[in-house]
Amino acid sequence: MRAGSIVFWFGAVVFLAAVFLMTQAVGNEYPFFAGYVILQFVVLSVAWSILGGYAGYVNFGTNAFFGVGVYSAVVLVKAFQAPLAAQIVVAAVVGSLLGLGVGLLTLRMRGIFFSIATIAVAIIIETAVTNWRFVGGAAGIQLQRPPVMPPFDSYVKMLFFVQALLVVIAVATTRAIQNSRIGRGLQALRDDELAAECAGVPTLRLKLLACVISGALISAGGAPAAMYLQYANPESAFNLNYSVSVLAMSLIGGTTHWIGPVLGAVLLGTTQQLSAVTISSEVNVLVLGIMLVLFVVGAPKGLIGLVRRRSKLERAGS
Amino acid sequence: MNQFSAAEAPLLRIHALTKSFGGFVALDNIDVAIRRGERFGLIGPNGSGKTTLVNCISGALRPNKGAIIFGEEDITPLPPNQRSHRGITRSFQIPRPFRSMTVIENLMVALDFAAHRGRFETASHRRDAAMAILKRIGLAGKADAPTTTLTQVELRKMELARALATGPKLLISDEAMAGLSTAEVDEVLDLLIALGGEDIAIIMIEHIMQAVMRFSERVMCLDAGKIIAIGTPGEVMGNARVQEAYLGA
Repeated sequence: MRAGSIVFWFGAVVFLAAVFLMTQAVGNEYPFFAGYVILQFVVLSVAWSILGGYAGYVNFGTNAFFGVGVYSAVVLVKAFQAPLAAQIVVAAVVGSLLGLGVGLLTLRMRGIFFSIATIAVAIIIETAVTNWRFVGGAAGIQLQRPPVMPPFDSYVKMLFFVQALLVVIAVATTRAIQNSRIGRGLQALRDDELAAECAGVPTLRLKLLACVISGALISAGGAPAAMYLQYANPESAFNLNYSVSVLAMSLIGGTTHWIGPVLGAVLLGTTQQLSAVTISSEVNVLVLGIMLVLFVVGAPKGLIGLVRRRSKLERAGS
Repeated sequence: MNQFSAAEAPLLRIHALTKSFGGFVALDNIDVAIRRGERFGLIGPNGSGKTTLVNCISGALRPNKGAIIFGEEDITPLPPNQRSHRGITRSFQIPRPFRSMTVIENLMVALDFAAHRGRFETASHRRDAAMAILKRIGLAGKADAPTTTLTQVELRKMELARALATGPKLLISDEAMAGLSTAEVDEVLDLLIALGGEDIAIIMIEHIMQAVMRFSERVMCLDAGKIIAIGTPGEVMGNARVQEAYLGA
C-alpha cells in the first residue's frame, strides 16, 4: 500500500505538471474550454461515487449540489468580488452543510425512496434560487471575470488548471476513504446494513460522513462554472442532466474503485464533447443513453468489472 | 431474579419487555435474566416470538415497553452498533454475509469497528487476530475465498467467526444449525459449547432438540409471546404445556 501511494502521488504530480505545461504551450483556447467540462465531470463522478458507489446510496441530487456550488460563487462575486479560491472553498463548505442536512433528512430511507428524496431536494433549492432577486432570479445573472493571474494568459486556461487541481483533491480524498476503515464500513453497509450494524459499524454516521464529503466535493467542482460561463441561471445550474450524466459515467466506469468514475467521466465526457462539435450538442443525451444501455447489458459492473473479469480469466488459464 | 445471589449480578436483564406489531402482540411482558458465560437455550414453536426477542436484544427492533439492562446499563435506546461495542453480537437465521467481500474481509469489518480495536496496533495485527478466529472456527483455509463461494455450513461458521471478531460478552445464535447435517450440527455445537467455557454467554435459538438438550444449562420456552416454561432442559422438556405447545403431544 505504501508503494501504491508513492505511485499514486507521482502520477498526480505528473498529471498536474502536464496540465500546467499544456496551458503554457498551447495557444488555442478551445481545447481548454472543452477539457474543462471533462475534468469537471471527473470531479463530480468521483465525488458522487463516495455515497453512490461505496455506500450504494444512489444520489439523484447531484444537480442540487452542483447548483449550490455555482450559486455560492455567484453570491460571493456579487457581494464581495471574492477571488476564485474563496469561491471554491466557500462552495465546499456550503456543499458539506447541504450534505449534512440532506443526509439527516433522507439517509434513513433506503433504495429508490432515498433517490426520490434527493430529486425533491434539488427541486426545492432550484425553486428557492429562482425566486431570489439578489442572484438574478429566473433570468439569471451576468458575471464579470477579474483579470487573469500570471503565469496564465487566459482565464479559461487558468480554470482548466484549477479544475485539474480539484480532480487531484477529489481523487485523493476518495482513494483515502476507499483504503481506510471508513471505506470498508461503507462497503459493508452497502452489502447488508443490519449485519453491518451488528458487526459494530455505525452506519448512520458513516453515511452522513459520505454524504458530507461527497456534497462538499460536488459543490467545489461546480463553483468555477460561474466564472467559466460568466453567467448563471437556475435552469442550467440545477439541470437534471448533471445528475444523469454523473450517474451514467460512474456506472459505465464501475463504482467499486475510484478509477472507475475517472475512466467513465473521461470516456463519456470526451465522447460528448466530440459529438457536440462534430454532430450537434443535442446528440449528447443520445450518446449517453446508448452507452448506458450498452454497458448495462454488456458490462454491468462497468469498465472495472470488464478488466477484473479478464484478469481473473487469465489467471485461471495460466 | 431470585436465582441470582447479589454478588453475581446478571449479564443481561430483560424487564417487562413488550413488543407488538399493530394489533399482534409478539412479546408479552417478558422477564428474564442471563448470567455471565451461561449457555441458554431458547425454544418455542414458529411465530412464538423468539426472533423478535433476539431483534429487541440486538437492537434491530425497539420494544414498545420494558427495558433491556446489559451489565449495569440500560441499553434500550441504543442502536445495534453501540450494543455491539458493549459486547452483544448475533448471527442471523438466514446468513447475512457481506457479499462483495472475502471471508477474512468480513471479519476485518468487525475488527475495524470493534470497541476493543485499540488492542491491535496495526492492520496486520488485526489480520492476525482474524486469522486466529478463523483457525478456531475451522475456516482458515477459506480466508481469502469470496463469501459467494461458501457452502451453507461455511456461511454459518463465517457468521459465528464475524460475531466473535466483535469481542462479545453475549452471543445470540439464531438457528445457526438450520439445514445442517447431523455431523455438521455436532461440529457447530462443540464450537458454541467451547465459547461458553470462555465467559461468553450464549443464547441459542434452535429447533433441533438434541442440540438444545446437550447445549443448554437452562432452557426457556416461548409460546405466543409468553414464557411458558424456564428451567433445566429436563424440567422444560417434562413440562406439560411445553409438550402441548411445542412438541405437539
